[in-house]
Amino acid sequence: MSLRVFIVDDEEPARSRLKELLGDIAAEVATSVVGEAQHGVEALERVPASGAQVLLADIQMPGMGGLELAQHLAGLEAAPAVIFVTAHDRHAVEAFELNAIDYLLKPVRASRLAAALRKAMASAAPGREQLARAAQEPREYLSVVERNRIVLLPVRDIVFLRAEQKYVTVRTAAREHLIEEPLVALEREFAGRLVRIHRNCLVARAAILGFERNPGDDEAQWLVVLAGVPDKLPVSRRQWPAVRELVAEKP
Amino acid sequence: MPSIRQNAHSDVLPDFRNLGVIARVLLGVNLAAIAAALLLARDLAQGADYFVQSASVLEPLLLACVLALAAASPLLGRLAYWQGCAVVLAIVLALTAAAQVATSALPGTQPDLARMLAMGALASAALLGYFRLLAKAYSPALTEARLQALQARIRPHFLFNSLNMVLSLIRRDPKRAERALEDLSDLFRTLMSEPRQFVPLAEEISLLQRYAELEQLRLGDRLRIVWQLDAAPLDALLPPLVLQPLLENAVHHGVEPGTGPGTVLVRIERRGERVLARIENPYIEEQQRRAGNRMALDNIRERLLLFFDAEARIRTSTADSVYRVEIEIPYRIEAPASARTGAA
Repeated sequence: MSLRVFIVDDEEPARSRLKELLGDIAAEVATSVVGEAQHGVEALERVPASGAQVLLADIQMPGMGGLELAQHLAGLEAAPAVIFVTAHDRHAVEAFELNAIDYLLKPVRASRLAAALRKAMASAAPGREQLARAAQEPREYLSVVERNRIVLLPVRDIVFLRAEQKYVTVRTAAREHLIEEPLVALEREFAGRLVRIHRNCLVARAAILGFERNPGDDEAQWLVVLAGVPDKLPVSRRQWPAVRELVAEKP
Repeated sequence: MPSIRQNAHSDVLPDFRNLGVIARVLLGVNLAAIAAALLLARDLAQGADYFVQSASVLEPLLLACVLALAAASPLLGRLAYWQGCAVVLAIVLALTAAAQVATSALPGTQPDLARMLAMGALASAALLGYFRLLAKAYSPALTEARLQALQARIRPHFLFNSLNMVLSLIRRDPKRAERALEDLSDLFRTLMSEPRQFVPLAEEISLLQRYAELEQLRLGDRLRIVWQLDAAPLDALLPPLVLQPLLENAVHHGVEPGTGPGTVLVRIERRGERVLARIENPYIEEQQRRAGNRMALDNIRERLLLFFDAEARIRTSTADSVYRVEIEIPYRIEAPASARTGAA
């Protein structure tokens, strides 16, 4: 049975070159290309339904690069293995080495490609944590898997994140979603954009309109008023000085 | 072109027709006159008085000197450095003597001839010394180092992607693969050649087109380049690699990060005695502020300044989601005097 491969690269010549090479090594590793995409967002739409087992992904792509793409795909139940392909990206390569993630350098050699594919069949796909550590920049999106479909939530639309038991609620002006990522990791990743106002809550700095007194509660004397949502969220006594300072800096 | 000289740096006279040089001469002499007036005076008011008095002789003389030196500039450029200095001094002293004779008839006490000649000689010597140091600071060796730094800056990302692109063409379209390799060779030949002071615009345009050809193959429909070169003065001289890095930036920051197709405009024209080059690309906010873009711009700005002093301009602007870089340089078909040394 042949291995189902999906190719993501923003340059058409680069995709055809990979297909040529896959043809060349067919005797060694039998593959069939089940889909192609030009960038991360397009790939997310197509990969789940394609049944791909391996993803060959470029790193630098417009819209969404390969590293962020792989992080979203890691949420799928049958996440494909990912082999990154890059022309030259010193930082990414260092990060891959550190986190034991497979990558190939462009121009790709047929023998290296065959070896990487064999290895991908044998081992598990890189986990989300592993990928997140290798990523250089915060993601542009959070993602939720709904019936084997990946729904993207643009990070710039987030108004607040609130931890509730096992899940984190993502609140945008339009609606709410549940995701399964730890709040601490999200706080670290989006440090420039989100600010912690309470043990269980991060809000978007840009969405803060102002503060109101919270009558009667000694634990949280202030409530934050946010753009786009009616909720007024308590600012814990402990976070208050830091929050006030951050908001005062706001341009 | 001037003859090739072996040494990396030899002294040169400044280009007396350059606005920056003229401004420095005027400013330098007047500052010295103010200092002298203050030194002689009891208080500030009297100092101002002395300066105004001296100005009636000084300013016409100074203007006459500047005009005479500008007129003699082509001749001075052909002389050896010390001969040139002697000629400059002779011109200044002759005009000073003439001024003294012409103004001796005026009422009021005028300085005698010997004192005026001494002041003229001192001012000339001081300014020539200053320009010599300035030229040293911006010696061709230094310029060369800066150019080499720019040449070394070719993005490895571009090289490897281009090679990969050629590999993908070899089976499908061998003829195009050949052409692409030829373009790549030409591009790298220029990038790795001995740094030169000047190239004709025609050469820089051909470099732009080879680069564009490669990017076109790689990016396909995503890249659209509009060329407006009908009014480009092909014989104009400019420092090498002034336009190519700008086009590369336009593609790298304006087209590659976009998911849709992007248009880049390249427009070069001559307007009177000026050459105007304009490169536009779609504005993608986070991209344009990246360090790489600014580094290339700073390098180009610095080199234009070295070659053309105050007469070159580089401007960037953003309007209607278009990012625009404009360069304006004097139209020259002969290398300016101040940049005549070094490997030609």
